[in-house]
Amino acid sequence: MPRMTIRTPPGRTLTPVAPRRTETDPLVLQPGTIAPGRARPAAPLRREGPAKLTGEAKYADDLVFPGAWYGATIRSTDAHARFDGIDLDPALDWSAIAVVTAADIPGENIVSLVSDDQPVLVPVGGEIQHQAEPLVLLAAADRETLRHARRGVTIRSTPLSPVFDPRLSDHVFAHFDIASGDLERGFAEADLVIEGEYRVGHQEQLYIENNAMIAVPREDGGVAVHGSLQCPYYIHKALKRALRLTDEQARVVQAETGGGFGGKEEYPSIIALHAALLARKTGKPVRMIYDRHEDLSATTKRHPAIVSHRTGVKADGTLVAQEIDVVMDGGAYCTLTPVVLSRGAIHAGGPYRCPNVRIRARATRTNTPPNGAFRGFGAPQVEFAAEVQIGRIADALGMSPLDIRRRNLYRVGDETPTGQVLRESVAAEEVLERAAEAAEFEGVRTRTERARARRAGSGSVPGSPLRTGADRTASGIGLALAWHGAGFTGSGEVKLASVASVELGADGRIRVLTASTEMGQGTKTIFPQLVAAELGVAVDDVDIAPQDTALVPDSGPTVASRTAMVVGGLLIKAARRLREVVEERNGGRPFADVHRADAAAHGPTRIDQQFEPYPHVHFDDETYRGDAYPAFGWAACVVSVSVDLDSGEVTVRDVVAADDVGRVIHPVLAEGQVEGGTLQAIGYATIEEIKLRDGRYLNDRLATYIIPTSLDAPRITTLLVEAPFSGAPHGAKGVGELPMDVGAPAVVAAIRDATGVWIHELPASPERILAALGVTAEPPGQAPAADTVRAALDEPIEAGTDPRPDAPTDPQPMRGPRDPGEPS
Amino acid sequence: MGEWRFAVNGEAVEVEAPGMRRLLDILREDLGLTGTKEGCGEGECGACTVLVDGAPVDSCLVPVCQVEGARIATVEGLATTSSEGPVLDRLQEAFLEMGGAQCGICTPGMLMAARSYLDSGGGPDEVAIREAIAGNLCRCTGYTKIVEAIAVAAGGPG
Ligand code: FES
Ligand code: FES
Repeated sequence: MPRMTIRTPPGRTLTPVAPRRTETDPLVLQPGTIAPGRARPAAPLRREGPAKLTGEAKYADDLVFPGAWYGATIRSTDAHARFDGIDLDPALDWSAIAVVTAADIPGENIVSLVSDDQPVLVPVGGEIQHQAEPLVLLAAADRETLRHARRGVTIRSTPLSPVFDPRLSDHVFAHFDIASGDLERGFAEADLVIEGEYRVGHQEQLYIENNAMIAVPREDGGVAVHGSLQCPYYIHKALKRALRLTDEQARVVQAETGGGFGGKEEYPSIIALHAALLARKTGKPVRMIYDRHEDLSATTKRHPAIVSHRTGVKADGTLVAQEIDVVMDGGAYCTLTPVVLSRGAIHAGGPYRCPNVRIRARATRTNTPPNGAFRGFGAPQVEFAAEVQIGRIADALGMSPLDIRRRNLYRVGDETPTGQVLRESVAAEEVLERAAEAAEFEGVRTRTERARARRAGSGSVPGSPLRTGADRTASGIGLALAWHGAGFTGSGEVKLASVASVELGADGRIRVLTASTEMGQGTKTIFPQLVAAELGVAVDDVDIAPQDTALVPDSGPTVASRTAMVVGGLLIKAARRLREVVEERNGGRPFADVHRADAAAHGPTRIDQQFEPYPHVHFDDETYRGDAYPAFGWAACVVSVSVDLDSGEVTVRDVVAADDVGRVIHPVLAEGQVEGGTLQAIGYATIEEIKLRDGRYLNDRLATYIIPTSLDAPRITTLLVEAPFSGAPHGAKGVGELPMDVGAPAVVAAIRDATGVWIHELPASPERILAALGVTAEPPGQAPAADTVRAALDEPIEAGTDPRPDAPTDPQPMRGPRDPGEPS
Repeated sequence: MGEWRFAVNGEAVEVEAPGMRRLLDILREDLGLTGTKEGCGEGECGACTVLVDGAPVDSCLVPVCQVEGARIATVEGLATTSSEGPVLDRLQEAFLEMGGAQCGICTPGMLMAARSYLDSGGGPDEVAIREAIAGNLCRCTGYTKIVEAIAVAAGGPG
């Protein structure tokens, strides 16, 4: 068993780690200097940074294609209906307008993805499944004509009855059942059984650049699309199928991409198909540029979920049984739902050892726009539930949130519910201790607890037990811990068989060829860095080929935080082979000394490196047993908040985030990922909410879907922890998604610390907080009171005789001991 | 249609356009200055921020008729050119060093808001900086490194 090396060991005696650079002038980071707390010399500057900072960088809407037409999508306004037909206003001159319907699709009317259920356009006579479903496409030479044309289209439909509650839907996209140990025995051993139901709603990725795609007809009858996208080869495949094109006829080129976060993983395929169909019809380039309203109302969101927990614990806090039920709302089409659900199911128990587990997860269809990928990919939903549950257990036992986690967190050698033995790279304890120490968690918590006790009941303001005449706000500190499987789930990576290449060109320059896209996370900076280090050359000697399917191999989609770990690993191996070939040809002299002469003498040398399964990593898709991920990343987050007891408003003041990323490749970029992901998680926890009516998003504008501004954003302190993964040549495990899993439950725990109440549904909006505090009635749509604490104890628990110290203020009633007639 | 005269990044321009045409479209489509971005078109995101006579405005909300005779500054005017290519100004350099730009789509607007803050004498105070960029949304960075970069450009220790 390889021993784990943690390069930044926990030390309770250490002073809190300084996460910031301490050089007097941070602009002068000398190459080769080691920044404090860092394992690497100063990293290179962002490769495409200067272009972005001068306005030179070309995003999709910045690209000019002479003679291009403008495209538009006519969508359904029914949530569920039969599509009976289209009427075109006879008063309009339609000769200057291109109209495309499903009948114009030369190939299969399918948006190619996991399942083949989503049409490119609903055919007349077909079924409309959601309110933003594309039915007809239009294009015109100018925007004014297009605007008139849009008004000239009338859709005829016959309404059908819609389903909006995922629990009532009988159309199941996927279900998973994970079991280990003996659940009945586990509950029998438990001193306390605690139940809880948790809910999360939609969340929009809200990249600041809207979706955009431009299709340009090719002379060979094919089409080239240029756009804002994460996964060139997803689109390539979709184009080939629906437009019946060859590999060469379909070409996909990534423009500079203004954020993705999963939102440009699969949705761009449908936009590319629409633009391509219009380009085919008109013979012109067609620009399909969404405005914010269309992007918000039609594109994929994070899956809403309802998660129920029933947990058995011993009096000392040891978990002995977890029964978890997850229901996710897939929306109208399958998209990536089975994969999202699978990740959700595997992570549902949280980063805790428990011998007896049963996790049942299902995702169903509703008549709402399809949900899809968003940073975290199923994990943030279930880990919110798992962390609030563990926090409530700690409360019930009178334990500190830190101690209950210390007792149960995964350590090397532990087994997960899929039977995966965690052989290495387990940093749960490390991140927890580092974050708690840096935030002085226990000390602050003791103070906030005292403050709460002092104020409880002294409230002079009716209805608000903590509100005193002098003090309107209450402060609290909260903690959460999370794990995140690195790379694709199960055998995904093996099936994908990605290829990445490194080439020594005839000009002596080195070129990296991958389809991995840059959307802000730093792909274009770290790839040359990894390759240069392996070859012993300067970073500037390494170029990166454009993400263009005509030029680069399929290195897989840019998702699942797999870019640094998987594709980066392939590049290091390719570079290693390239170095060996060149050095052997040159009498063993170092690559850096001979590569230019070698190129001149031998011409270009290209190494294609294909993914090979990680050793000792096996997963069985049939039984859902085995190594669900080659390794896990670990994250802890401590949040301090203040809550306005009159308005219910939460201010997140400070965050300390400790994230184990395996190996830090580029500290500034890695911190940037943690900070950005943390703020998205805070938005998820506090203000981001989609309201629906009849299957339509009501707040589908940026004025009504609110994300955090610089004033809402707390100071975020990032601690990067390194517990390398031996299967990747550089040890990196990825960083993008980790912070998204852990922020929201930490905020909710901090609200609990401030106010004494647990919020069971995200976002923890003012209405929900006031309702939980008993100041106002439950807001409509609040989860039914389904929570119970059942003390199956013959003897009262020793520490803190009342196992339910917070019972009076928990928004959902807790009962115990168990009623004799109650189903167990 | 009207004829409008104003200066962009120190150069006099003259455009013929309907008076209600958005300044954003004039810049991007008529003048080819695509550095200024559109994120919402309704004054919520700040991606389209430019300076009109030194003050930051959302160019998606400003009709061209309102900038007659004005001095407009866009992101394209921040760097200076040398024989070796563009030379970043101190603010751009700070963004590059500190990691203030990730996907970069908010960056032009963010830089212009920050430029205006610095030009009006703003210092390295964190709260003041956060207020100065409160109208500019960034979804990538969590703002931490943007605030640090502006503080550095304002002469702070970073
Ligand atoms: S595009 Fe002008 S504020 Fe968003
Ligand atoms: S860097 Fe992407 S939105 Fe700010």
